[in-house]
Amino acid sequence: MADARAVWITGVGIVSCLGEGIEAHWEGLSKPSSADTTAFAPYVVHRAVPVDFDKQIPKKGDQRQMEAWQRYGVYAAGLALESAGMKGNADLLAHTDMIVAAGGGERDQNVDISVLAGLRTANDRGAYLNQRLMSDLRPTLFLAQLANLMAGNISIVHGVTGSSRTFMGEEQAGVDATRIAHARITAGQSEIALVGGAYNAERFEVILYYVLAKCLTHDQHTRVWERAAIGGGMELGTLSAFLVLEERQHAVKRGAKPFARLTSIESDCVKRTAGAITGTLERMWSGVAQRVKPENAALLSGATGVEGVTAEERAFLAQHPGLAVRATGTHLGHGLEPQFPANVALAAVALRHGHLFPPADESGVERAMDAPLQQVVVTSIGHRRGEGLALVEAVD
Amino acid sequence: MAKTDQAGRPIVVVTGMGVITSLGAGREDNWRKLTAGESGIHEIKRISTEGLKTRIAGTIDFIPVDDHSSPGLSERLAEIAAEEAIAQSNIGSRGDFPGPLFIAVAPIEIEWDQREELVRASGANGDLGYADLMRAGETGNFRHIYERFLFGSVAGNTAERFGTKGSPISLSTACASGASAIQLGVEAIRRGEANAALCIGTDASVNAESLIRFSLLSALSTSNDPPQGASRPFSKDRDGFVMAEGAGALVLESLEAAQARGAKILGVLEGCGEMADSFHRTRSSPDGRPSIGCMRNALNDAALTPEDIDYINAHGTSTPENDKNEYMSVSAVFGERATRIPISSNKSMIGHTISAAGAIESVFSLQTLENQRIPPTINYEVPDPAIPLDVVPNVARDARVTHVISNSFGFGGQNVSLVMGREPR
Repeated sequence: MADARAVWITGVGIVSCLGEGIEAHWEGLSKPSSADTTAFAPYVVHRAVPVDFDKQIPKKGDQRQMEAWQRYGVYAAGLALESAGMKGNADLLAHTDMIVAAGGGERDQNVDISVLAGLRTANDRGAYLNQRLMSDLRPTLFLAQLANLMAGNISIVHGVTGSSRTFMGEEQAGVDATRIAHARITAGQSEIALVGGAYNAERFEVILYYVLAKCLTHDQHTRVWERAAIGGGMELGTLSAFLVLEERQHAVKRGAKPFARLTSIESDCVKRTAGAITGTLERMWSGVAQRVKPENAALLSGATGVEGVTAEERAFLAQHPGLAVRATGTHLGHGLEPQFPANVALAAVALRHGHLFPPADESGVERAMDAPLQQVVVTSIGHRRGEGLALVEAVD
Repeated sequence: MAKTDQAGRPIVVVTGMGVITSLGAGREDNWRKLTAGESGIHEIKRISTEGLKTRIAGTIDFIPVDDHSSPGLSERLAEIAAEEAIAQSNIGSRGDFPGPLFIAVAPIEIEWDQREELVRASGANGDLGYADLMRAGETGNFRHIYERFLFGSVAGNTAERFGTKGSPISLSTACASGASAIQLGVEAIRRGEANAALCIGTDASVNAESLIRFSLLSALSTSNDPPQGASRPFSKDRDGFVMAEGAGALVLESLEAAQARGAKILGVLEGCGEMADSFHRTRSSPDGRPSIGCMRNALNDAALTPEDIDYINAHGTSTPENDKNEYMSVSAVFGERATRIPISSNKSMIGHTISAAGAIESVFSLQTLENQRIPPTINYEVPDPAIPLDVVPNVARDARVTHVISNSFGFGGQNVSLVMGREPR
């Protein structure tokens, strides 16, 4: 019965510091990782490769209505639709559901700084703020900041109109967007869904959030599991990832080939007390443990590197030494909302290739895996809240 | 009585409702004022309105919060509405709600007060840059700002307070957000994942920047005097919406679970429909296809026909474009009945509560069913001849109401309609 409505991943679109598209990522994951340490010094940022947005967003007018994070999202969504063979298929797109995980809030930094400078000496703070904002804010910038306008732009540019939902909430938004899309398809509430998100790390005002939390590493690139030695921390990364999830029969009927099957997803949001993360990982793992055959399975971790929670994830991994582990944050940086969809996408790509990419870690968490790859467990432990675990499997 | 609907899915009922708007706190106070045709719109006191074209809103000034911010007040309003809903439902126990949370929240970002706080702490006297804000942040003294302005903070804190189960979901689908939150709850119960869900919509975004952003898009009414007369849905002289704050909360349960614990059933969530618009970022398709499709999807989902609907709880924002398009869509769906079926806009009295609107207006729709009385569209002095609808002008009306459809048509193309009924069929 559980197999009656299987969920296939039939489309993958991804943009990051490794490049755009599936093959660029597959190649990039096999190379030594690096990140930019100068542009936002002292913070380490994984910057996206230059993207020719015209290829997925042909109208310049559309591009002008978006800020970078939305352009990355709309672009990766286009790649996903293209890889699912549904780009421009108006009938199909009109019944395609969409769930986007997004934050938003790219701002005009020059306006911010100039207004803040003026506020220091303004006699009437309120009146001054009103006057400056009335004259300096670009009307359209609002639309380029709103979380739900990434989905709005995908509807406009690509014609996805079955439904449109936007989830907010850092990493967990990406986990729950994927979970709800999967659950709806499994239950017959949906046949096909576009799900994903985008995050632009290359902005001081978004980096500022994590400076306030003091959870960023400084000065040099450090691989995820090796950050414990420097006190832990995140390296932010620009990232955009979209998946097309599709009910198996629906895909077969239209001749779409699966990358992999998204078998299950669980999520949780535990109170962050000592041991809670290890506990919830064990609980979510127990849901798939019977099904996973460790000799042909790997675990793609969305570990942020933030200590405490990452230490608890390491403790969980130590309990399951049979699984080969990879922390994709080493390569991609941490991209918050799209991190989980990106890892599901990379799991699907690895399954299509039939083997895992090499380890990138000297701390002993990651080890080489030569056996054929059949199953990938994807984890997400939000740096502040929210946890998720998915099982992605090869389709015979 | 059947526990499942025509499609074999669990029937979803409402067992608790809570609401807070600029009219006041609580179901009773709101309903009394709503059916008396009172407006909650007033002059803005929270911030200076000097130099602004719009100086009115439906702010909530009677709820004190420490360290005012939009997410701070949003969270408090959500708590108040959820407490009322859970108390009425008498479900679970304190801090232990037996189901997931779906909460619609307004966009979140660090506000000017916090930026200024960082500038002051940086000690920068000369040229200013983001580096100064970063330096202040590196002191570690501002973690509270990070905690407050994380996108998941309102949902995370609310889930913890009420002890909801699993991962809470924050919805942001503009003006449709509140209805999306309810739809997600309905779907979770229909999937059998949960027997109950807490669905909330909350919004407290009236600050200088939000007001000015909407103002620059020419979306807001500038009829400042008198404030109570500004929101005029379906009138010829309507000139924009009025920003407002509030929260609405529903406790949803499967009929089976509600009956098993002897809960009073307040209404039925019979159907949900959605359809996105690909026409434009701020305008809806001139042919009305998405809003028409959205209403039809909701009716189909409820296994009802347009003839079964006794009242339309309009999106009715009071913008020239929305109200015209909503009329056109209603005409397409309801045919020749369109001009006779009562349709009113709660926003004429409470303003546009944006992310909360779908949830608040669902509470009012259910109260309409419960009381068999339709709240009016106030400020209807100059009918628009291009919109020949029965808008229940200015005075509430008693009526036999068995099924209601409530529309939420969002900015950015997200549309949701909900169909609610009085009792299980």
